[in-house]
Amino acid sequence: MTDKLDVILIGAGHNGLVCANYLAKAGRKVLVLEAGDSPGGAAASREFAPGYSVSSCAQWLYQLHSGVSRDLDLERHGLQWAARELPSLLLDTRGRHLSLLGSRIDGEGVSDGDREAWRAFHARTGKYVKLLARVFESRPPNLVEAGLVDRLNLLKMGLGLKLLGRDDMSELMRIILTNMYDLAEEYFDNPQLKSLLGFDSVLGSRMGPRTPNTVFTYLYRRLGEAYGYNGVAQVKGGMGALAQALAASARARGVELRLGARVTSIDMFNGRAGGVSLASGEQFRAAVVVSGADPVTTYGTLVGLRNMETGMARRVSQIRCAGAAAKLHLALNAAPRFTGLDESQLGQRLVIAPDLNYLERAFNAVKYDEYSAAPALDISVPTINDPGGAPAGCHVLSAIVQFAPYEPAGGWEGPSTAAGATHREHFTRLILDKIAEYAPGIRDQVVACQLLTPQDIERDYGMRGGHWHHAEMSLDQVLMMRPFPGATQYGSGLDGLYLCGAGAHPGGGVMGLAGRNAAREIIRRGARA
Amino acid sequence: MKSASDATMMLRTPFHSRVAAACELNAWGTWKGYTTPTAYTDVELEYFAIRSTAGVFDLSPMNKYRITGPDAEAYLNRLVTRDVSKIRAGRVGYTVWCNDAGQVMDDGTIFHLGENDYRVCAFARATDWLHWSALGFDVEVVDESDEVAALAVQGPTSCAALLAMGLVGLEQLKPFGLTMFPFEGGTLMVSRTGFTGDLGYELWIAADKAELLWDRLFEAGRPHLIKPFGSDALDMARIEAGFLQAGVDFVPAESAVRSGRSRSPYELGLGWLVDMDKPVFNGRKALLREQARGSRYRFAMLDVDGNKPASHSFILSGGKKVGTVTSAAWCPTAKTNVAFAQLEMPHGDVGQELVAEIYYQRELQWTRVMAPCRVIGAPVFNPPRRRAVPPGAF
Ligand SMILES: Cc1cc2nc3c(=O)[nH]c(=O)nc-3n(C[C@H](O)[C@H](O)[C@H](O)COP(=O)(O)OP(=O)(O)OC[C@H]3O[C@@H](n4cnc5c(N)ncnc54)[C@H](O)[C@@H]3O)c2cc1C
Repeated sequence: MTDKLDVILIGAGHNGLVCANYLAKAGRKVLVLEAGDSPGGAAASREFAPGYSVSSCAQWLYQLHSGVSRDLDLERHGLQWAARELPSLLLDTRGRHLSLLGSRIDGEGVSDGDREAWRAFHARTGKYVKLLARVFESRPPNLVEAGLVDRLNLLKMGLGLKLLGRDDMSELMRIILTNMYDLAEEYFDNPQLKSLLGFDSVLGSRMGPRTPNTVFTYLYRRLGEAYGYNGVAQVKGGMGALAQALAASARARGVELRLGARVTSIDMFNGRAGGVSLASGEQFRAAVVVSGADPVTTYGTLVGLRNMETGMARRVSQIRCAGAAAKLHLALNAAPRFTGLDESQLGQRLVIAPDLNYLERAFNAVKYDEYSAAPALDISVPTINDPGGAPAGCHVLSAIVQFAPYEPAGGWEGPSTAAGATHREHFTRLILDKIAEYAPGIRDQVVACQLLTPQDIERDYGMRGGHWHHAEMSLDQVLMMRPFPGATQYGSGLDGLYLCGAGAHPGGGVMGLAGRNAAREIIRRGARA
Repeated sequence: MKSASDATMMLRTPFHSRVAAACELNAWGTWKGYTTPTAYTDVELEYFAIRSTAGVFDLSPMNKYRITGPDAEAYLNRLVTRDVSKIRAGRVGYTVWCNDAGQVMDDGTIFHLGENDYRVCAFARATDWLHWSALGFDVEVVDESDEVAALAVQGPTSCAALLAMGLVGLEQLKPFGLTMFPFEGGTLMVSRTGFTGDLGYELWIAADKAELLWDRLFEAGRPHLIKPFGSDALDMARIEAGFLQAGVDFVPAESAVRSGRSRSPYELGLGWLVDMDKPVFNGRKALLREQARGSRYRFAMLDVDGNKPASHSFILSGGKKVGTVTSAAWCPTAKTNVAFAQLEMPHGDVGQELVAEIYYQRELQWTRVMAPCRVIGAPVFNPPRRRAVPPGAF
């Protein structure tokens, strides 16, 4: 059944599934090989305690590209929404929360000046987001050997910049390389607002709000606004349900999807990728191999550094992919009670990051491979909008936790500074303590608890380093430099091998553009498949 | 040993005390930070020692890297352009290596010392590149440049001189072979290699035994008219023999600052060192592309009329500039005026008639000569004794 394959695609992450779908639509015979037991990669739902399941990596949907959803007809293939247009709440221990949804800002401490400043800032940065979104919808231009398509794309980028108008353009040039800390300080007074912006600028990255580059990551975070999102959305059944819809759509297009099929090597024939070998010993051949796995896995493990030229091996060895986000899952016997939140707000995006300095301090730790003593959290209580994830009356609390190192000194199971506790136990306790400051009774409600460190995420989801974006979204690793110069436009720099995952342009998040753009590029290059 | 009162910042080779004593002209040049003689007594006499008796050259400043470990062969095969598996243990291979752009970083020799044990001898410093290249391989890369001293003994009586030094059986060593001898409690490695195109050997010894080796060699070699030579005489000999010099006839790719100034192996006439049957090696992709698109330049050896060396000359075809000379010398043994040139494609077919625009100066008066020249297909000096086993007695 798998003879005469056109494309072998490694990894059924959401990007892999999107890529396979478009390729099949264009008439290619595609086999998708996924190491895990379910599709979706880091878009997954898993049971973490009997009767309790959760979106175990990504939890909020806020930038899935609208064209991709439409082309793949995801709602027909089972995608349902548990909630949409959810605001972000920056929590306060006394219950004076700040709420942000698009240009709307609410909260006791928000002055008229801040409200006005936010509206202006939101509108201006909204234009930058649209410009970025346009750039991300096509392959990044190749500056060295620019062909016609590249020149047009460059032109579009330049034209986009021009169309911004003079003031907006010079403001973009001024801020794009700077950091969110300074920018927020410049625009606003309200510490909660500043902190929420700072949080969004570092979420998923190994960066603090003072790190240069964080204005770019902030704009990236807001991309979804160009794809029709306002605030965040929650998928019914969790991210795993989105993955099921993606898989169903792909299968309906004729894609063959094999689960539990771990690829151990990408096989090169006379310098060209032409097949793969599986852990089972099986081998497949095809004219084109596409990898949705992260770049370090793809080049370092599957191709092998020795099978590429020195310059490339060196680039690969320098990709920064150490994650800094952990995930905490709590099984609760009742709805958590956060000071000052009503039941409807409990289903929104809850952020703990009281001020910018708190965030920066939380980040300091990870520079030295330590976890934050006072971490910042992105919390969802998914069972409020989607009760199916827990037994009746019970709830799940899921938190993205920053900052956690890939591995602290002595390992996660090694002893910590807290007497008798491993690092894992100690960090879990610190996070719970932090949540308890905002939801005082929470400890008594916890019936089970799971902490996923970046190392766990690497193991469970096959992402090297456990990085949200597969490779850091730093300015030296984006656009035509993603994942590294010489491997761009979804070509890997190795003939016959393409990249379609978060480690390729434009980057991570459940967005689908890397997958779609890669498919377009493969189809455009045509002929050989 | 260097002392605080040493007048020079230059490094000294392990033979320095002997070299300095023999260097009557006190003519010093620099080579990779080392002070080395350009000539000891008289360039012509030194050259004729190489061609008629035996000349000795201190090549200690060469960079030497030891490559060991289970992946040593695989590592080298990815590093260099030729097939290293064909260099058997006890053999030496000449090769080039390229960067990912298919541009020559250096040329050098690979000594296959034993199982999983190699030495790479290079003109340019390559420590960083060799270490980067080790990513993904189970190998150890050690810079032995300071620990290993080396002398080239070149010329018709070189074998006899070395036999007189007690290197029993050396006459059986084939060209590009290597062998070991015990020497004063250590090991002396001898390879039948060189940079003069003549019968000749290179001696490799631990730095602390260098002076002793020099003394033994000159003592045993005296009846065989052995004589040290400097870099000027070497230059004449290597041009006569058709050998390129890194840094002179090409710019090592990683030190070229301006784009387009480096060269591929094909452009240096070294395509024969490129083995496309190897699935992966540095530069392969770019070289395949070059094969398909064509090269920009061609290396040519020229036989230039007259006896004025065509140093730094423009090469003209039909009055138009088509190339430049990188090395040139009047070659006394072959009695030919040889020049190495970089010609723009498609020039450089063997037999093509060109003109060298030579400028030279006599007592402050500059003169221009338009010297006809033609592309020759082989080096002008290539005597049978270079290959004979055993070499004849001279
Ligand atoms: C803690 C955390 C929280 C996050 N939260 C959010 C969020 O709220 N919202 C959001 O949009 N994004 C979030 N992200 C980011 C988002 O999850 C990822 O960027 C995105 O899922 C990446 O998708 P992908 O398809 O490119 O790669 P992946 O999902 O990583 O897919 C790669 C696939 O390849 C497979 N694979 C790897 N190696 C092999 C092999 N050898 N053989 C076969 N298969 C292989 C893997 O099993 C995996 O299925 C979060 C990330 C993390 C780590």
